[in-house]
Amino acid sequence: MLVTGKVHKVGAHIDTDAIIPARFLVTTDSEVLGANCMEGLEPGWVKRVQKNDILVADENFGCGSSREHAPIAILGAGIPVVVAKSFARIFYRNAYNMGLVLLEVGDDAGKLHDGDKLEVDLDAGQIKNLTTGETIVCAPVPQSMQDLLDAGGLVPYVKKRLAEKQ
Amino acid sequence: MSHNLAEKVLQAHTDEEITRAGQIVTCRVSLVLANDITAPLAIKSFKGMGATKVFDRDKVALVCDHFTPNKDIDSAEQVKVVREFAREMGVTHYYEGGDCGVEHALLPELGLVGPKDIVVGADSHTCTYGGLGAFATGMGSTDIAGALALGETWFKVPPTIRVEYDGVLEPFVGAKDLILALIGRLGVSGALYRALEFGGPVIDNLSIEGRMTMANMAIEAGGKVGLFPADAKTLAYCAAHGRTGDKALKADPGAVYEQELSLSVTGMSPQVACPHLPDNVRPVDELKNLRVDQAVIGSCTNGRIEDLREAAAVLKGRKAHKNVRLIILPATPKIWRQAMEEGLFSIFLDAGAVVGPPTCGPCLGGHMGILAGGERCISTTNRNFRGRMGSLQSEVYLASPAVAAASAVAGEIMHPGKL
Repeated sequence: MLVTGKVHKVGAHIDTDAIIPARFLVTTDSEVLGANCMEGLEPGWVKRVQKNDILVADENFGCGSSREHAPIAILGAGIPVVVAKSFARIFYRNAYNMGLVLLEVGDDAGKLHDGDKLEVDLDAGQIKNLTTGETIVCAPVPQSMQDLLDAGGLVPYVKKRLAEKQ
Repeated sequence: MSHNLAEKVLQAHTDEEITRAGQIVTCRVSLVLANDITAPLAIKSFKGMGATKVFDRDKVALVCDHFTPNKDIDSAEQVKVVREFAREMGVTHYYEGGDCGVEHALLPELGLVGPKDIVVGADSHTCTYGGLGAFATGMGSTDIAGALALGETWFKVPPTIRVEYDGVLEPFVGAKDLILALIGRLGVSGALYRALEFGGPVIDNLSIEGRMTMANMAIEAGGKVGLFPADAKTLAYCAAHGRTGDKALKADPGAVYEQELSLSVTGMSPQVACPHLPDNVRPVDELKNLRVDQAVIGSCTNGRIEDLREAAAVLKGRKAHKNVRLIILPATPKIWRQAMEEGLFSIFLDAGAVVGPPTCGPCLGGHMGILAGGERCISTTNRNFRGRMGSLQSEVYLASPAVAAASAVAGEIMHPGKL
């Protein structure tokens, strides 16, 4: 799958309170959560995002609470993939469970700038920066995560396991 | 092979042989937890999975502690979803209202967690139970839905950072300072994907409540778990809370650690995490002229009876500064009653405090103590991210109950020994 979109760059240690502040956790609706994505970083942040745009972050993206509302808010805002130097652990699991793709690229995250246009090949794990002409090759998605993605996320995966048990 | 604490507990719950960090294993879980914010999403996923019953109705805890007593219509609707699910599934451990407390203070008190357990919770501070020797970690709602349905989940065996504390604690220095000092040293991602394992003479002497305070904040260094050995103190705590059959737990000789750190506590001052990350830690003595508008004492980090006694010892015969709102939230009904019966409430009320119900409330900017723009709060909670307790223009400083109480009295951030 190919995703083409514009980069929205954020810093290091972006916590889940920044991604979706607790006052919005009174709903599980992805549209409502998406409309308030990054509201704890900068009010009105999400207005700049167009469908298929790409979030690029420094280290430890998604640290803090376990709220799954965070990846849901990002997906709800129309962002299908997050590229970062590194991700926080709970957020990492949550994102794959929700079908949000994460690409961990280490220091190469510094080669992506706010406003750059990217073409991301999710199957090949390759990021082409159409603005600078550079290409970043990502570490392959771990097999266990790939199995989850192949199953279509954790929900269908467990559904299958439950059916096998019966 | 020799196992460290994390590997040892995981090994007890899987048939696969654990041989190295990074290995992916499927483990049976001892308890699955969710709260009023995370359970509704978990229930949605659970139903999407086509699950019709929870794996074991006695091994599920649903605790409505975050936005309760329900702060608005939307939160009331969410709690209703959880309540109806609990009834439908016949969940034994469902809590809201008069038997409900802050989840990570409540479950140990009810004897629902203990050494060698694996506990997964849709709450990042689930790591608290590491204080009792449980491999306890936070996950998102859908992972929790999977665990609710299957009674098992996958783990990547984490590399372990072993931390030894030695030396002699100074007056007014305790568990909160020990963990803040470590987070300051490691950084908020210093233990990312890793287990923290604590030991050393200072840890041996620490109370179970203190160990839980420390384990609680493992996640603030990015850690998966914060594990303590289970010793005679742990076993006595478990027995006193109605558990039977628990056994001591310690790492094997020759266990492998990715990193070994040692911290000497001798001469260490009370520690304060400054805005806007828990690793921005400084000794309290270095913080001058920082006036506070609010002080919060409570939460899953520091809302236990020992914490309230520590605050009361500082507040006794003193009054909170006229410009400070002092909010004290005992973490469970049992702690609330105990504090009342010990006469702590008289001290708190004489000091001008508001004593509220057990709730997570202000810690996450939910309710019961939200900050306006430009306000500053000293808090015994665990996170000081920008906007965590309210306005994006407010500030949260994290400290022990003694420092929070002293700061409330002084009207500025203050070492309790300098009042």
